[in-house]
Amino acid sequence: MVTATNAYNKRMDGRNFDELREIEAKVGVVKSADGSAMFKIGDTIAIAAVRGPRDLYPRFMQNPKGGILRCSYNMMSFSVDERIRPGPSRRSREITLVTENALMPAVDLSEFPNSVVDVFIEIVQADAGTRCAGICAASLALADAGIPMRDLVCAVSVGKVGGKILVDLNKYEEDYEDGSSDMPVAFLPRRNEISLLQLDGGMKKEEILNALELAKKSCVEILEVQRNALMGKYKNG
Amino acid sequence: MGLIIKEKEFVIPGDIVAEGIDYLPAGGVFREKDKIIAGQIGIVSVDNRLIKLIPLTGIYKPKAGDVVIGQVVNISFNGWSIDMGFSNLALLSVRDATSEFIERKSDLSRYFDFDDYIVAKISNVGKGNLIDLTMKGHGLMKLRDGMLIDVSPSKVPRIIGKQGSMINLLKDLSKCQVHVGQNGKVWINGDNCEKLIEAIRVIERESHISGLTEKIEKLLGGR
Repeated sequence: MVTATNAYNKRMDGRNFDELREIEAKVGVVKSADGSAMFKIGDTIAIAAVRGPRDLYPRFMQNPKGGILRCSYNMMSFSVDERIRPGPSRRSREITLVTENALMPAVDLSEFPNSVVDVFIEIVQADAGTRCAGICAASLALADAGIPMRDLVCAVSVGKVGGKILVDLNKYEEDYEDGSSDMPVAFLPRRNEISLLQLDGGMKKEEILNALELAKKSCVEILEVQRNALMGKYKNG
Repeated sequence: MGLIIKEKEFVIPGDIVAEGIDYLPAGGVFREKDKIIAGQIGIVSVDNRLIKLIPLTGIYKPKAGDVVIGQVVNISFNGWSIDMGFSNLALLSVRDATSEFIERKSDLSRYFDFDDYIVAKISNVGKGNLIDLTMKGHGLMKLRDGMLIDVSPSKVPRIIGKQGSMINLLKDLSKCQVHVGQNGKVWINGDNCEKLIEAIRVIERESHISGLTEKIEKLLGGR
């Protein structure tokens, strides 16, 4: 058992430091949407639905040069131990914004002037890393909806817990007493670009560079899961 | 160099289909430096030097010459706005709507009213997705009675079949009137509609399985 003064030598759930939690992805879970996906990583479950491209109102938001991407991130009230108040919050506004910026370089909406693509992300169950799970689900849902894309987006959180660099923190590790920093990263694997980078806590320069390498390596694993999920729906149909 | 993913292989967005400058990107793929990259979920199709994707998903992309089924959503002074399931509305101008003489300032709802469904042909797709429709042509008309069902636009070629073989089979065996729009809207009218809807759903679901024609014949009780 790990005590409060110990370094974090072994992970709570017995994983290696560079090991992701178990991932499950499924495409086409929301029948009424144009595209949808479920992404589950450990105990975190995100569902994303895409509608559009469709007409955009109010009219002043329309862009005649190309369509716009509009995201919405929401945690369901039962997704965490203590009920959270439904509806938008400061936190969900922030995550909506960073999700939009993380997905933007991957989609190409120049074919759809004056229109909008809506992405709705719902967190059904939360155990840390919800924004990353949301981005992974949203990228699958966009591909399922047939939106022209330059690349898929994979996202994972890396961090430093008790002095150790590790990938895919769970809630216990995020709240670790002896210091924990958590850095969500969204990655475009083919273009080798990072589209989301936030840091909660403190890390040295070398630690950040090591963590980024670890994140890139893990994102390639996530890409394989995403590819299999898309194949599962379309390869035989 | 050359093709990296073979013809008829499945690709997801971001897959590198070909390298080098030997190939040209057509629909569904794009070029980035010396690579041709898939931009959609689809199946690779190579025609000489052209690489394109047969999309497996996505909304209908209008093309000049396509026959579509749409709904009147707005009437303006010089025509009708038609919703055909695309992100932008299409315009049917008075000039292209009918061969009758329509007097200036006359009430256009006499011809096509709000919520009417029409079969029309796309005459032109301009920049900024300005789409012009025409009603002048064989089989283009206003739809009365009947019902409309939605299918995936990527499955429409299977419902029509080679040189219209499948749609003629559906019409003959069900004794129903059928109109298929390229935008994934199918209008049917007749007494035996339930069987026909079932048959269309089977085509949509099992479009890749061979022996589909026999299955449809059996389902509709053909000889």
